[in-house]
Amino acid sequence: MNPPVPASGRGRWLRRLPAVIALLALLALAAAAFVPPAAGGREELFEIPPGTWAQRMAGKNVAILPDTIHLTLGTRDVLLLRNADAVPQTFGPVLIMPGQSFRLPFEKASTYHFACTAHLNGQMTIVVDPPLTPGWRTLEWRWRRLQRLIA
Amino acid sequence: MKGARHTFVAIALLAAIAAHAGAALKAGVFEPPRAAPPVVLSGSDGRDFDLARHRGRVVLLSFGFTSCPAVCPTTLATLAQARAALGAAGADVQVVFVTVDPERDTVQRLKAYVASFDNTFLGATGSPAALARVRAGFGASATKVTSGTAYGYDHTSSVFLIDRQGRLVGMMPYDHPARDYVHDLRLLLAAR
Repeated sequence: MNPPVPASGRGRWLRRLPAVIALLALLALAAAAFVPPAAGGREELFEIPPGTWAQRMAGKNVAILPDTIHLTLGTRDVLLLRNADAVPQTFGPVLIMPGQSFRLPFEKASTYHFACTAHLNGQMTIVVDPPLTPGWRTLEWRWRRLQRLIA
Repeated sequence: MKGARHTFVAIALLAAIAAHAGAALKAGVFEPPRAAPPVVLSGSDGRDFDLARHRGRVVLLSFGFTSCPAVCPTTLATLAQARAALGAAGADVQVVFVTVDPERDTVQRLKAYVASFDNTFLGATGSPAALARVRAGFGASATKVTSGTAYGYDHTSSVFLIDRQGRLVGMMPYDHPARDYVHDLRLLLAAR
């Protein structure tokens, strides 16, 4: 029977790599859950890009606003709708001229329903959540932001 | 000494103006504001109603109908409360209630309805086509909802804010309390 060969430095690292990755992931998760979001703009921007009207006229289904928009008091509690197209657009609950924005602040956590001709069900819902607390809610908020960035 | 006092007063005044300019409305705000769409209808005071004639005052314009069970009476009661809270300054505020139900909302009916909230409020009506044009200008909607022989309307419940220059500056969503209107009206009235 041969005596065990001592692992080389590289081998030891490779064996520990999964544990290191798991530790880093845990640290990242903890940071995402407990580090408050950086202070910055409170606005959640949705923009009608140039050429949207032309695309719609060409028969394309261009959806810009989701059926439900989530806002969070103290972090992202201002809905900012901007029309960068060349024609007036009904965007959510408002008619916005080319180059114009509509800035709607929220001060109360609640669910708001607005008539909206841009949605198939004729309604846009805005859910305003209470201020973030460290832990699960902050993690959930970051996850939602990541999803929006990817979408 | 007198010069120093003048400088101090000037600085305080500039600071106050800057603070005021930075103050945000509670309502949703159009940036930049645009000229309010034309509104030429029949007024509940028996005269022609022309929104342009109200330039120089702050106008709060809402859409609704006198048979509305909840949204319209709540909105008009809130606006009456806000106007009363402004005291003498409220004289420069005009509330306009544009009907979406011209079939039932005659001038007389509108007059009695708006006066039950505040006798300075004005109602406005017109032909279905004229009212539809007004709604389109503001991006407002009204859909007739029938239930047996009765009917009502799903309509835009927000209130449009028009400043002294006749510009559509904001839109207050339904259910804001009177104090939010008082806050915004004070800002709009202060801007000359």
